[in-house]
Amino acid sequence: MSKEPKYKPPGFETRAIHSGAAPDPTTGARNVPIYQTNSFVFDDVDHAASLFNLQTFGYIYSRLTNPTVSALEEKVAALENGRGAVATSSGHAAQLVAFYVLMEPGDRFVASRNLYGGSITQFTHSFRKFDWHVDFVDPTDPENFRAAITPETKAIFTENLANPGGIIVDLEPVSAIAREAGIPLIVDNTMATPYLCQPFDWGADLVVHSMTKFLGGHGAAMGGTVVESGRFDWQQNDKFPGLTQPDPAYHGLTFHETFGDFGFTTKAKAVALRDLGPTLSPMNAFLIMTGIETLSLRMARHVENAQAVAEFLEGHPAVSWVSYAGLKSSPFHALAQKYLPKGAGSVFTFGVKGGYQSGIGMVESVELLSHLANIGDTRSLIIHPASTTHRQLTEEQRVAAGAGPDVVRLSIGLETVDDIIADLDQALDRAMKAPVSVKAAAE
Amino acid sequence: MNELYYPDWLIRRILRETDTIAMVGLSANWNRPSYFAMKYLQEKGYRVIPVNPRAAGSEILGELAYASLQDIPEKIDMVDIFRRSEQVGPIVEEAIAVKAPVVWMQLGVRNDEAAAAAEAAGVTVIMDRCPKIEYGRLSGELGWSGINTRVITSRRSKRIRAA
Repeated sequence: MSKEPKYKPPGFETRAIHSGAAPDPTTGARNVPIYQTNSFVFDDVDHAASLFNLQTFGYIYSRLTNPTVSALEEKVAALENGRGAVATSSGHAAQLVAFYVLMEPGDRFVASRNLYGGSITQFTHSFRKFDWHVDFVDPTDPENFRAAITPETKAIFTENLANPGGIIVDLEPVSAIAREAGIPLIVDNTMATPYLCQPFDWGADLVVHSMTKFLGGHGAAMGGTVVESGRFDWQQNDKFPGLTQPDPAYHGLTFHETFGDFGFTTKAKAVALRDLGPTLSPMNAFLIMTGIETLSLRMARHVENAQAVAEFLEGHPAVSWVSYAGLKSSPFHALAQKYLPKGAGSVFTFGVKGGYQSGIGMVESVELLSHLANIGDTRSLIIHPASTTHRQLTEEQRVAAGAGPDVVRLSIGLETVDDIIADLDQALDRAMKAPVSVKAAAE
Repeated sequence: MNELYYPDWLIRRILRETDTIAMVGLSANWNRPSYFAMKYLQEKGYRVIPVNPRAAGSEILGELAYASLQDIPEKIDMVDIFRRSEQVGPIVEEAIAVKAPVVWMQLGVRNDEAAAAAEAAGVTVIMDRCPKIEYGRLSGELGWSGINTRVITSRRSKRIRAA
């Protein structure tokens, strides 16, 4: 009887290329085909019944599952060393689907206040319409999460590498707090990608991604995903009736009992995608999958370029501060060494002297960097969060989220690093000398 | 307890060489996991014989249910156990008595003592796994649900057995 654990997953690069992507069994096509179809035929009435009852594996309708999309799901699950994944039309949709499986009306969750501004808005305003409520905490002290947990709390949500503040959350103690409370820790791993950090290794239970960013990498396709570790015991308490009680939306089927360690993933497709509809298109799944094949090469270059740009900015006289955890000056440098030893990502912020006007002047002076609202592109990107992505927040929320008036956010791409630095140098020069106009500078 | 590990080739061999499965503790209720497993395995060409004292004499999915393994008049290739871990012992003794070459305990079911007894009698034992999920995993069908099958292959066919 061989009972010693012997399974060693193939390397990250191998999984990025091959997981979920065996040759097509019917045609032998080596790359995953784009199954651009809404529906799939049934063999007979009995086969149809088995599929609708979830008694057999197979495809019905692409709102629920699709072969191209499931190939991507398996690939992402493999990269995160998770049990399964559900792909969605965007990162926001992934968050909606994750909470739809976990939450009942009146439930709460605790979230880091250092999140992408769009997440803060989604959690604060749109989730309220489902009667779901969020309690934001400062994530730099893990105990803040514990203090905010109530009997109605069903999850802890955090970004491990926060957008845009350059803050790294100490996942290990936060996951311990979630475990003690009997609730899952959900980590948004968009900024790090599984190449830089694998949150399941640090006790996370669910990982969400905006695949629109580094996973796709090309800025050509939107997508999101929720990955399930398979290790959370939903049955340990009565907090998750959607997984542990017979589901009236599925003729009394109990998802956790029937599907075991991939009960969450199954419910996310069979109920959340079915009833909410934020499905990923096969075309976008294909594009994202193509991007993922080169994730390791791209991320290595992203962090190399970001480190060089951060070091340049730190030495620039027009820059008041740089918040990049890869710099020794960062208060998060030690956490970066622990959680992101290969590099602290390629999205970070810095402050320009002169505040709001200089920030605006900066983004309007770049020629190579693109002024737009996205991250994780091959192209280097720049944005002034206070006037764009974090505009909907209050001034107080903006500062708390690391998006104060002088803050400029960069997403460093894969261009020649000297060219990125030269463009920032000339833009800083212009922003300082004439932030708005020559006339205004003279006054 | 140490983590259970079974190499893929072993699971594949069992699933390929098995024709008739006796399912102990099979439920006649359509939305129970055991019913799901039986229906799926039938579709893959296996003969599945229900063993459940309460259902004995009635038919489940077209198969006559028996009260015990000894009552089954045919040769059994695998005994698949849907019972709580502490109730497994006597079933394994029966499985040894009817000379079933494989004893398979379902997901969440594990009894190391019973397993050791079976292995001493030359029986191959799998614990805490589901044959439906393993069949789906190794055939690639589980990946259709976005589940990580851990199977990486450059080969086209992953057929486990002729249906």
